Amino acid sequence: MFGKLSLAAIPESLITQVSVAGAILLGLVILALITYYRKWAYLYQEWLTSLDHKKIGIMYIILALIMLLRGFSDAILMRAQQAVAAGGSLGFLSADHFNQIFSAHGSIMIIFMAMPFLVGLINIVVPQQIGARDVAFPFLNSLSLWLTAAGALLIMVSLGLGEFSKAGWSGYAPLTEPQYDPGVGPDYWIWAFQIAGIGSTLTGINFLVTIIKMRAPGMKLMQMPLFVWTTITTMVLVVWAFPVLTAALAMLTLDRYLGMHFFTNTLGGNLMMYVNLFWTWGHPEVYIVILPAFGIFSEVTATFSGKRLFGYTSMVWAASVIMILSFSVWVHHFFTMGASPNVNLFFGIATMLIGIPTGVKIYNWLFTMYRGRVRFTTPMYWTLGFIVTFAIGGAAGVMLSIPPADYVLHNSLFLIAHFHSVLIAGSLFGFLAGYYYWFPKTFGFRLQEDWGKRVFWCWLIGFYLAFIPLYVLGFMGMPRRMAHYANPAWRPYLLVASVGTAIIALGIALMLIQLLVSIKERKALSDPTGDPWDGRTLEWLTSSPPAAYNFAKIPVVEDIDAFTDMKEKGVVYRQPEEYHDIEMPKNVPHGLIIGGLAFLFGFAMIWYIWWLAILAALGMLVTVIARSFDDDIYYLIPAAEVERIENERYQKLAAVAKKRPTGEPIIPEPVTGR
Amino acid sequence: MTTNASTLGTAYYEEVVHPDTVAMQTFGFWLYLMSDLILFATLFATFVVLGKNFAGGPTGKDLFDLTYTLGETLLLLFSSVTYGLVMLSVHDGRKKRVLLGLAVTFLLGLGFVAMEINEFHGLIAAGHGPDVSAFLSSFFTLVGTHGTHVTFGLIWMAVMMGQIVVKGLTSPVQSRLLRLGMFWHFLDIVWIGIFSIVYLMGVM
Repeated sequence: MFGKLSLAAIPESLITQVSVAGAILLGLVILALITYYRKWAYLYQEWLTSLDHKKIGIMYIILALIMLLRGFSDAILMRAQQAVAAGGSLGFLSADHFNQIFSAHGSIMIIFMAMPFLVGLINIVVPQQIGARDVAFPFLNSLSLWLTAAGALLIMVSLGLGEFSKAGWSGYAPLTEPQYDPGVGPDYWIWAFQIAGIGSTLTGINFLVTIIKMRAPGMKLMQMPLFVWTTITTMVLVVWAFPVLTAALAMLTLDRYLGMHFFTNTLGGNLMMYVNLFWTWGHPEVYIVILPAFGIFSEVTATFSGKRLFGYTSMVWAASVIMILSFSVWVHHFFTMGASPNVNLFFGIATMLIGIPTGVKIYNWLFTMYRGRVRFTTPMYWTLGFIVTFAIGGAAGVMLSIPPADYVLHNSLFLIAHFHSVLIAGSLFGFLAGYYYWFPKTFGFRLQEDWGKRVFWCWLIGFYLAFIPLYVLGFMGMPRRMAHYANPAWRPYLLVASVGTAIIALGIALMLIQLLVSIKERKALSDPTGDPWDGRTLEWLTSSPPAAYNFAKIPVVEDIDAFTDMKEKGVVYRQPEEYHDIEMPKNVPHGLIIGGLAFLFGFAMIWYIWWLAILAALGMLVTVIARSFDDDIYYLIPAAEVERIENERYQKLAAVAKKRPTGEPIIPEPVTGR
Repeated sequence: MTTNASTLGTAYYEEVVHPDTVAMQTFGFWLYLMSDLILFATLFATFVVLGKNFAGGPTGKDLFDLTYTLGETLLLLFSSVTYGLVMLSVHDGRKKRVLLGLAVTFLLGLGFVAMEINEFHGLIAAGHGPDVSAFLSSFFTLVGTHGTHVTFGLIWMAVMMGQIVVKGLTSPVQSRLLRLGMFWHFLDIVWIGIFSIVYLMGVM
C-alpha cells in the first residue's frame, strides 16, 4: 500500500529532527495565521491561482528566498563541521549526513534558489520593459511556477522522510546507480530536478515567444533594454539545454527503476556518458544563472550613472557570444576524464575565450560610470561589489581552464572558491541588486537605504572571509567535500571561513530586519510616481505597483532607453483622450492542481507507491484536457474602470508636480544615494 | 480574432485587446518541438555511443526484422498523409470530412503503436529485454520514447475529435489542430531517423 514508506523513514539524527520539527511548527503557525485572519479565499483567488505575471514573479522570489534560507542553513552546517572536525575529531555530523548536506546545498542553491529568483525577476520586469500587458502564455507561466514549487517541496520533504542523495548536486553515476545507493536519496534528487526542469523548459519557451512577439510597437531588437536581451539569451539556453538534463535524468531513472545499463559499470554501460550529458546541460546552466544578473547590472549601472549604457551593441554581442560559447566548454568540468590532450586543448581554449566577452562587459560597465553622475544607492553598491569580486573569480576560472593546472586544482577547495566567487558575487549579488532596484516598482515603496547598505557590507565582508581562505586551502591541497580531515594546518583557514559565514548570516538577518523596517516606514518610502530612480526603461512608466494591465495604452518606442527618450522629448505622462476595454487572462486553478499532482507523482515514484503514481499521472492528464476545453479564458476590464484607475494615478502624479509651472512634464525628483 | 497576424504597428495594439494568439501559439509550439528534438538528439547520441555495447547479448542483426519495421514505417507515413488531408478539410470547413480523416489517422497511428508494442513484447518474452545490455537499454529507450510521443499524439487526437463534435471548427480548435499536425509530422521525421540509424544501420 505505501511502497517502501514506513515509520523507519524518519531520520534518527537529532539535528534533522529538530529542524524538521521547527519547519513544521513554522508552517503550522503560518497556516494558523492565515486561518485566523480569514485570508484563505484571498490567498487562493488572488495569488495561488493567479495568472498575473507580476504576482507569479513575486511568488517565485518568495520561493527563492525560502530556499535561500534552507540552502544557507546547509552551508552553516558544513562550515561548522569543518571548523571542528580536524585531527582526531569526527565533528558532529556523520559522513553520511555530511554528504547529504553538500548535495542538498548545491541542488537547492542552483535549481531552487538561483532559478526561481531569476525567473521571478524576469516575470515581474520583462513584460513591463517591452511594453506588454502579460506574457505570451499566462497559464503556462502559472504551471511553470507550480512545477518548480513541487520540486522544491520534494527536496524539503526529503529532510523529514528518508534521506537525500549523497552524490553531490551533479549526481554522478555510478554513485547514483542502485548498486551503490539503493535508497531513496538519489530518487528524491532525480524527481525534484526532473519536475522543476520541465517547469524551466516551459518558462524558456514562454519568454522567447513573449519577447519576440509582444514588444511594443516600434521597439526593434537592438532597442530592447539589456535585461530583455540577457533574458532572450538565457531562455535560448534554457530551451536548448534543459531537454538534455531531462533525457539524462530519464536514463538514470530507467537504470534505477528498470535495471537498464546506461551508466552502470557493467553490461556495456558508460558512466562517462552521464558526466558528459550532465555538463552539456550543466555548463549552459551556469550561464543561465549569470546572464540575467549581467542584464540587471547593466540596467542598474545605466540608471544610477545617469547615462546610456556604454557600448550597447557590444553588450548585446557579448551576451550572444557567451550564449553560443557556453555549449562548447562542458568538458572543462572533467579534464581529468582522460580524453586526449587535443580534446582538452580545444575545451581549454574555448573556456578561455569566454573571458573575452565577459571582459568586454566589465569594461562597458566601468565606462558607463566614467564621467557619469553616479548615485551610490544600494543596487549600485551590489554592482560595484560584483565587479571587483567577479573579476577575481573570473581570473581563477581562467586558471582552471588550463588543463595541466586543472589536473592539480581539480576537486580542490580552489574550485569551490572559484565558483562561489562567480555565483555569489555574480548571480546572487545581481539578483539582490535587482531585488532592491525593482522592489519599489513591485510594491509601491522603496526598501530603506541605510539598512540596505548594512546588508551589503555584511555580505561583502562575509563573502571575502568565507571564500578567500578556500583559495589558499586549494593550493594547500585540501579536497572539496571532506567530512573530516587530519591535517591541522588547514584548520585556521577553515575557522576564518566560518567567521565569514557567520557574518553572511548576520547579513541575511539584517535583510529581514530591513524588510520589516521598510514595511513600517512605507509611507515615508512610498513611490507615488512609479519612477523612483529616474529610470530609463519602460517599466518605470507604469505606476508602482502597476495596474493589472500594466499599460492602459501601449507605448510607442523610438529609441534605446525608451522612457528617458520620452522624458527628453516631453511626451511622457500624457493622459490619452479615451480608454479602451482591456482583456486580461482569468485566474485558473489548473496550474496549481497540476503542480500538486506532480508533487504527489514524484513522491509516489520515490517511495514505489505505484497506485498513487498512476492516479497522479492520470490526474495531470485529465486536468490538462479539462483546461483545453475552456475557451473562455479572458475577462474584460471595461474602459470606464481603466479610466478610473488611470485618473487616480494622474492625480497622484499631479500632486507630486504641484510646485512646478503648468505645462511642464511631470518628472519626479529622483532618489539619491543618501 | 479581430485582426490577422500581418497587421502590425500601433493600429494593431489599439484594435486588439490581446495579441494574435494563434501566431504566438504556433511559434511557441515550434520552440517546444525544437526542445523535444534536442531530447531526441540526446537519446540518438546515447544510442550511437552505447549501441555497439552488446555485452555478450544479441545484436541488431539478430533481433531486427526490416520487413516488419517497414510495415510500421508505412503506417506512420500514411497517417501523416491523411493528417495533411484533414488540414485541407479544415480549411474548407468540412466538419464531417475532418472527423473521418482524423479517425483514419488515429487508426493508422494506433496500428503503429500496436506493432511497436508487439515488437517490444516479443523481444522481452525472448529474454532480450532492456536490462540485458547497454545496446538494448538505449534501443528500448529511444524507440519507446518515440512510441510514447505517438501515444500522446493519439490521446490528443481523440480529445480533438471530441472538441470538434462539441465546439465545431472554432478558431481555438483550428489552432490546436494545426499544432497537432506539427507534432504528428515531427514524429514522422524522428521516426525516419530511428528507421535509418537504429534499424537500417543495425542490420548492416
